Amino acid sequence: MKAENKNNIDRREFIKRIGAGSMLTVAALSGCNVNKKGGSTLSDDEIPTDKMEYRTNPKTGDKVSLLGYGCMRWPTIEQDGKTVIDQEKVNSLVDYAIAHGVNFFDTAPVYVQGMSETATGIALQRHPRESYFLSTKMSNFSNASRENSIMMYENSFKNLQVDYFDYYLLHNIGGSVGDFNRRFIDNGMLDFLIEEREKGRIKNLGWSFHGSADVFDHILAYHEKVHWDFVLIQMNYSDWRNARGRNVNAEYLYTELEKRGIPALIMEPLLGGRLSNVPAHIEARLKMQEPDRSVASWSFRFNGSYPNILCMLSGMVYEEHLQDNILSFSPFTPLTDDEKEFLFETAELMLQYPTIPCNDCKYCMPCPYGLDIPAILLHYNRCVNEGNLSKSSQDENYRKARRAFLIGYDRAVEKERQAAYCTGCKQCNPHCPQRIDIPREMRRIDQYIENLKQGKEF
Amino acid sequence: MLRKIRISIAAIFFICITLLFLDFTGTIHAWLGWMAKIQFLPAVLALNVGVIVLLVVLTLLFGRIYCSVICPLGVMQDLISWFGGKRKRNRFSYSAEKRWLRYGVLIVFVVLFVVGLNSIALLIAPYSAYGRIAQNLLAPIWGFGNNILAFIAERIDSYAFYSTEVWIRSWVTFAVAVATLGIVGYLAWRGGRTYCNTICPVGTVLGFLSRFSLLKPVIDTSKCIDCGLCAKKCKASCIDTKNHKIDYSRCVVCMDCLESCNKGAISYTMRKGSTTTQKSEEKVDNSRKNFLVGAGLLAASAAKAQEMKLDGGYATIVKKEPRAKFRTLTPAGSLSASNMAAHCTGCQLCVSVCPNNVLHPSPYLENFMQPAMSYEKGYCRPECTKCGEVCPTGAIKPISVIEKSSIQIGHAVWVKRNCIVISDDVDCGNCAEHCPTGAINMVLSDYKDKKSRKIPVINKERCIGCGACEHLCPSRPFSAIYVKSYKEHRTI
Repeated sequence: MKAENKNNIDRREFIKRIGAGSMLTVAALSGCNVNKKGGSTLSDDEIPTDKMEYRTNPKTGDKVSLLGYGCMRWPTIEQDGKTVIDQEKVNSLVDYAIAHGVNFFDTAPVYVQGMSETATGIALQRHPRESYFLSTKMSNFSNASRENSIMMYENSFKNLQVDYFDYYLLHNIGGSVGDFNRRFIDNGMLDFLIEEREKGRIKNLGWSFHGSADVFDHILAYHEKVHWDFVLIQMNYSDWRNARGRNVNAEYLYTELEKRGIPALIMEPLLGGRLSNVPAHIEARLKMQEPDRSVASWSFRFNGSYPNILCMLSGMVYEEHLQDNILSFSPFTPLTDDEKEFLFETAELMLQYPTIPCNDCKYCMPCPYGLDIPAILLHYNRCVNEGNLSKSSQDENYRKARRAFLIGYDRAVEKERQAAYCTGCKQCNPHCPQRIDIPREMRRIDQYIENLKQGKEF
Repeated sequence: MLRKIRISIAAIFFICITLLFLDFTGTIHAWLGWMAKIQFLPAVLALNVGVIVLLVVLTLLFGRIYCSVICPLGVMQDLISWFGGKRKRNRFSYSAEKRWLRYGVLIVFVVLFVVGLNSIALLIAPYSAYGRIAQNLLAPIWGFGNNILAFIAERIDSYAFYSTEVWIRSWVTFAVAVATLGIVGYLAWRGGRTYCNTICPVGTVLGFLSRFSLLKPVIDTSKCIDCGLCAKKCKASCIDTKNHKIDYSRCVVCMDCLESCNKGAISYTMRKGSTTTQKSEEKVDNSRKNFLVGAGLLAASAAKAQEMKLDGGYATIVKKEPRAKFRTLTPAGSLSASNMAAHCTGCQLCVSVCPNNVLHPSPYLENFMQPAMSYEKGYCRPECTKCGEVCPTGAIKPISVIEKSSIQIGHAVWVKRNCIVISDDVDCGNCAEHCPTGAINMVLSDYKDKKSRKIPVINKERCIGCGACEHLCPSRPFSAIYVKSYKEHRTI
């Protein structure tokens, strides 16, 4: 269902691109030609295989592609009533990525219901080990015992069919010092991982961060003892100064890392699609400036303009995503200061759209009571972006927006997985890296839907 | 000409009435709802004097055109009979009236009503029999068709169609519909209007009246050459060519005979015709029905979180099960279970339009095929009053949304052992959250311990029995809160 929505968006985006392209031809703005890249699928010869931007890891000298493959969103299919990864598609996506210069792949034991590592391993073992860099993580959230953590670490080798990891991360730390201690200090796992690095089974040791600034500082202070080889942070032009929820501004995180000479890996460059599927007039604004480039390319180019960034991860589900993203890096042109300023203004404008900062990472799932949390939030965001969220029942397009919201809701979310069934148990909240108060949002969305259904005045 | 007019009007009625049963959006009822309300038996049960007088006058003037035009089961039989006639032309022949059978069935029908066994009597009621066929056999096809359109609409980002859930609400009623279609269809295929002239109680009543109708087909003996063609074309088998007599109690004024006569010997006029002679009765064809009420209860545990937390995937949703106990929960506007039982013809119109999947035909003998409510698939939403709007018999009276919010059809009861606050030791409160009347409050499970988890308490005075709490309760398959019906509805 979700995949289809994305398809639709692509199609819509395509039409808009054509619209924007022709509009701009008429306007004859300087430096724009008619959009040649408007098609949803590009022929292979239009995508360069030898222009990928690479960054050098100061410690190992690794030449890492600036675009990394995030393996958190592999395509899935239904088989015998079960969701499984579509291995054939994964293989072809991986092949395509490698053929076009992408050499960094990032996974974790918990991704895609625990199936990501195995699928990634199957796809990658068809390529020489030295042709790619592999990254995985210690996701010992629910059981942080030393025994369980080591088991998880060893299983990753088996699943990925390798004998060393290029990059290994302490997964998602930063929520609290207590949680960090529980998972890596009290059980001696940090020391264990340092030893493993000495043995050469881990080439680079780092951590991924979600949480508050003081915990970030606390863990960063271990640098003197541990010598962190890299840190994975959430960064994009929206989070640079306007981080939402309990996220820390990326400007701070990046600057702190740069000061210490620690290379930064970047996650959520597109905020799970929220920076590629933007409200219509934001899209028009970006397109006006750069009609040839996709909306998503702005965020990649913004991040890439910072030299201390080694690689940014994007979870690409369709070949079209992959193609579009490769284009943003092959060749790569950094943003000028004026363009950066233009993006910051755009970020301010986007704040007026009350979307919920969900990146569809699915960490909250499965909800024990069967809700499809990301689908609910995504549907809500989609309606916000498309102007189908009514502020008042007196709105001019209220009837149309109401119909679109309610019918779209039933299409996006199975009836018994909708917000009305949320019990408010709050079991999801600790899992959300964006610190969304999920039960509160569920209540709020449900209230809104009740208003629509009951035809209440508001 | 007269025949063509009859066919045209009948087609319009038939299609429109069928649409009433197919239209799950409830929009065309505003325009065509009257077509259900002018059906004879629903009008009688609704004590709709205007409609009854109208139908009586209509029959006294024109004969049984009700049976030829307004009654959907009648038109359905004509349709089947027409297909049957394609294979074998001129297949009808005169047969004597089976008067004892007709009146016998009518008397039994009335007696069953008087003693309160309506649900049995309703098996042969023509309009509701058609309703059951349309709702059970045609509506699913319509629904699937709609869902295909909705599927396409979704892909082109249109909101013109939305998908609807297609499900059989009661297999017993479904079986009744199949059996009715089988029996009536077979009779129509073989002998035209056999059902209408031997079993149908409405046909018998109107037949009694149509003997005295003003206009009727009359044979002009001076023109008649005794070819017998009219009798072979008469699907009511009521033309006795030997004696040049027509049995007007069985004639449904289809006008087929008028057009079949090459000599123009039959005309639809006011001239006095002759009544028929009667012959002996035949055996009563009593078909008994056995009702199986299967209560297969699946005992499955509620959805619980996985032991090892992985990202993504869905928890399995265990289907909600109705409480095994017999339920007589009837919609607001129906006043009481007994009012429902007395007035409802079991036509399924309300079941067809219920957008929340609450109404379904009861499988129980006491209110067989009449609508009952249960909240496994949805609850009786506060903004909906559709069932009352469409009901042709007054079994469910039309009410406003405001009236509905103050009608108590039952009250919620809490089942402690099922409540996840107790059984799973987690916070909940979804029932209180969704109660439209604020009848549920969350209170400390241990009043001495301010930190103890909160459990629901129900204020019976405010509860209207809508079932929001029951349906949205996370406990599965059995909800921890359910609605118990009142025998008589109350108003707050």
